[in-house]
Amino acid sequence: MNPVNYLYLAALLFTIGASGVLIRRNAIVVFMCIELMLNACNLTLVAFSRMHGNLDGQIIAFFTMVVAAAEVVIGLAIIVSLFRSRHSASVDDASLMKL
Amino acid sequence: MTAGLAAAATTTSTGEAVQFWILGTVAVIGALSTVLMKKAVHSALSLAGTMIVLAVFYLANGAYFLGIVQVVVYTGAIMMLFLFVVMLVGVTAADSLKETLKGQRWLAAACGIGFGILLIAGIGQASLKTFNGLGTANARHGGNVEGLANLIFTKYVFAFEITGALLITATVGAMLLTHRERTERARTQRELSQDRVRSSHVPPLPAPGVYARHNAVDIAGLLPDGTPSELTVMQTLRQRGQIRDVSDESLADLKALEQRSGERLGRGPAPDRGPARDQAEEEEEVTQ
Repeated sequence: MNPVNYLYLAALLFTIGASGVLIRRNAIVVFMCIELMLNACNLTLVAFSRMHGNLDGQIIAFFTMVVAAAEVVIGLAIIVSLFRSRHSASVDDASLMKL
Repeated sequence: MTAGLAAAATTTSTGEAVQFWILGTVAVIGALSTVLMKKAVHSALSLAGTMIVLAVFYLANGAYFLGIVQVVVYTGAIMMLFLFVVMLVGVTAADSLKETLKGQRWLAAACGIGFGILLIAGIGQASLKTFNGLGTANARHGGNVEGLANLIFTKYVFAFEITGALLITATVGAMLLTHRERTERARTQRELSQDRVRSSHVPPLPAPGVYARHNAVDIAGLLPDGTPSELTVMQTLRQRGQIRDVSDESLADLKALEQRSGERLGRGPAPDRGPARDQAEEEEEVTQ
């Protein structure tokens, strides 16, 4: 097996995550799909790091994880405050700024 | 593992290939069920499984530090945060299946498939026949963690510092977003007890559930005439409208039970299958 297969797997996971963001209506599940996409990118970075024998890819994956943690905190806080005002976690209900 | 090999190689060990094909299948199934599961809790658990599989892949790729961090930070902290929010927002809050944009789901799925084909064809076109392995890179500073630390604190030190600022900002932002200003004075214990004596319920409220059949907190207890009593369900569930009404159901169950025990008279009482049926019917409600 060639490590390129890790790239194929990452592409597949990224695609599934992207489709999930488009398909699902529940804000929490949409958020989980974004996490899935971030994880797929991390797998790509780690696989490339191994292919090139270079640790820089792992550093960038590490920074991705840090940014993902910050993003999850803010995103979930937004979902909770949205749920407080709307009593729903559906992205369709958050249409306050719609014309 | 061929991560230790220094020279450019073309294939990994058979063990890693076997591991990849087995765990890769698990990862894809987990990702698919994250998208397709109806309830957010199930999605979260599937995603946690996928993340653990990815952690194993990081370890197999020689990224030992990232593999452990993946388990600790992603599956340990982030997914648990997700589960907390799922519990806050309500486990039963299922996706609405109503389409607000006509044909959006199918278009989105088609776009997803097209995007996937583009990505995978792109990777297939690239000439990535050999790989170097992380053996020399990991060994240069005495290990994977040491190598990463060397890079973080020299080449990427500014990015690292800015990350600290980002984390502080995120913490403050989360506190700001979820903080609620108290607009009225908190009531004292004396006032609460006086209110309680003035109200009609001085003793504790009746317990939820139907004796010997359902003891879940979201099932209203039945009055002697068989109607559910909202008093027995706690206020939060009442406000959310998450009370499960089983009065008709339990009467029907009772009838069926009597019928069955009548049929099997002499062989002992028929087994009670009430709760299992309730769950199945609740699933149906959620689907609608």
